[in-house]
Amino acid sequence: MSSEKGVLSGSFFMQGDVACAEGAITAGCRFFAGYPITPATEIAQRMAARMPQIGGTYIQMEDELGSMNAVLGASWAGVKAMTATSGPGFSLMMENLGLGIMTETPCVLVNVQRGGPSTGLPTLVAQGDMMQARWGAHGPYEIIALAPSSPQELFDLTIRAFNLSERFRTPVLIMTDAEVGHMTERVVIPPPEEVTIVPRRKPRIPPGDGYQPYVADDDLVPPMAVAGEGYRIHVTGLTHDERGYPATSDDSAQWKLIQRLVNKIRLYKDEIIEVEELYLEDAEVVVVSYGIAARAAMWPIELAHREGIKVGMLRLITVWPFAEEKIRALAERARAFVVPEINWGQIALEVERCAAGRVPVYLVPHPGGDIHKPEQVLAAIRRAVA
Amino acid sequence: MSEPTLRTEAKAVEPEAAPQERHPMDDLLREERLPHIWCSGCGIGTALTCFISALLKSGLDLDKVVVVSGIGCTGRVAGYVRLDSFHTTHGRAIPFATGLKLANPELKVVVFSGDGDLVTIGGNHFIHAARRNIDMTVICVNNFNYGMTGGQAGATTPVGAVTTTTPYGNYEHPFNLPYLAAASGAVYVARWTVLHVRRLERAISEALAKRGFSFVEVVSPCPTNFGRRHKQRTGLDTLRYYHERGIIRHGADPRSVDIELGGDIIEGKFVDIEKPTFSDCCAGIVQKAIAQ
Repeated sequence: MSSEKGVLSGSFFMQGDVACAEGAITAGCRFFAGYPITPATEIAQRMAARMPQIGGTYIQMEDELGSMNAVLGASWAGVKAMTATSGPGFSLMMENLGLGIMTETPCVLVNVQRGGPSTGLPTLVAQGDMMQARWGAHGPYEIIALAPSSPQELFDLTIRAFNLSERFRTPVLIMTDAEVGHMTERVVIPPPEEVTIVPRRKPRIPPGDGYQPYVADDDLVPPMAVAGEGYRIHVTGLTHDERGYPATSDDSAQWKLIQRLVNKIRLYKDEIIEVEELYLEDAEVVVVSYGIAARAAMWPIELAHREGIKVGMLRLITVWPFAEEKIRALAERARAFVVPEINWGQIALEVERCAAGRVPVYLVPHPGGDIHKPEQVLAAIRRAVA
Repeated sequence: MSEPTLRTEAKAVEPEAAPQERHPMDDLLREERLPHIWCSGCGIGTALTCFISALLKSGLDLDKVVVVSGIGCTGRVAGYVRLDSFHTTHGRAIPFATGLKLANPELKVVVFSGDGDLVTIGGNHFIHAARRNIDMTVICVNNFNYGMTGGQAGATTPVGAVTTTTPYGNYEHPFNLPYLAAASGAVYVARWTVLHVRRLERAISEALAKRGFSFVEVVSPCPTNFGRRHKQRTGLDTLRYYHERGIIRHGADPRSVDIELGGDIIEGKFVDIEKPTFSDCCAGIVQKAIAQ
């Protein structure tokens, strides 16, 4: 039951969802709780097959409320944990995503997005949950969300998601989609010694010596004791003080806690934000996109180049926190932004916010169910330089 | 109105210059968080006392005991015990506890919460944890209403009961909790009122010692929001009712232990069976998985 089957180093022809599961296992995930839902089910299936082989736990919960909670519980037992879902399940997970943020619980939540609202298009692609990822749990907070464009990247970013979740003590979202999740491509799994794993930050004082669960280090992240280690911690979803005790009689603890929860991510966003830049050196038009929509935009960009249009691509690999400074800098020298996304305008609003009226932002919307046609994106690029 | 007199007397016998003696339960309470939020006459404190007594006698390694609560008056229990303790979201204590237990089987996981939390909003998790026979003890303080939010009706409110959301009397059929737990697969099911403290403590001891999903319903007064609307103005009035109408019937068919407003309360141990737990069953497939 050792880790001999833990990291399947090698080169594979692998589905995105499966690559996600293998990425989690490579990162050290040993607990998966989920509920079947298209197009994320293959992640659960892979975990059901793999967890018993490597000393991990797979449990199919009664719903996504339960899945998210079981993941939080497992993390507080000291085990790296993940769940995976799609739109309707993502909605159910919002409640306890909030608990994870409030209690600073490292874990990973994968959303293989499909068409919505409601049951929508269960088998077909969309990117309609990007703002839900940002704001879906109630209250003020920061979130980390990554958007892969290929099965290989889904593998790589799942490892990164676990590392970020431990580094910042917060749930991390992987916002992929039905196309990437169901796409089968070459996936290279490196040897374990080539994989960077961020360990959990543990208390530096022994039990009984005054450890307080929410006294943060200088970088605003508190070391984490878990259940069974003798620290006798108390953890609550209520606004709490550094002892972890409820402090709800006025707003003083709320000020302190929310500022820290927000700033532990906001002040370190350069460490989190990852983008890919293509042809941006002299670009007059900047296509800003992410996930499968960014990949689908590559061909229309090539077509535009043939027409002599100077167009480049800023691909958001980290979607949240948002690459504000990057967009602001580009707004100083480009003529326009074009934002293809498979929704009716979510990240485009963020681009517009950062462009701040300096240059126009052209949304290329799609209601979900397919990727953009090349001519739709091309038409927007042409309009941007007209 | 005899209660104020009693209190005065209790104060009068306070020792002068007494040595700082510690109550045997102090080590298991977060004293810095006291006084607690519970109303005078509430039964949750009694249920907690019985739980702590049972824990102290259990021989369990208390560093491995975890208490998980949801939301509501009883949900505050997690905040008062000096144990690893989690105060989760409304209805979700059981799935959170499931994650804890499965990720670290060395933990002794106890869910301590109220009826509205565990079987109304959290009912789905309750039946599924019982069905899977997850190794945990669930203590449910049932006061037949949502006390913290001002006394609304829930899934345990007896027919006819007046609450703030059933001003003309409750017309929904309530759950019978021992029957629900037993039918869902619990291996240990007992019910006691907070009047029957020694039996309640023993039931909690047995539940803690049981492998699998054990369930103890604690019938408890809520004078502030429930009792006073039903001619039980004080907690003592409700205890008197338990004394008069509590009937001990071990081994009773759980189907027969419905609680009607002002009616008999059948108490005792109803289920005590052996069954493999989720983890036992899971361990059985590991070799098969490794071989593939």
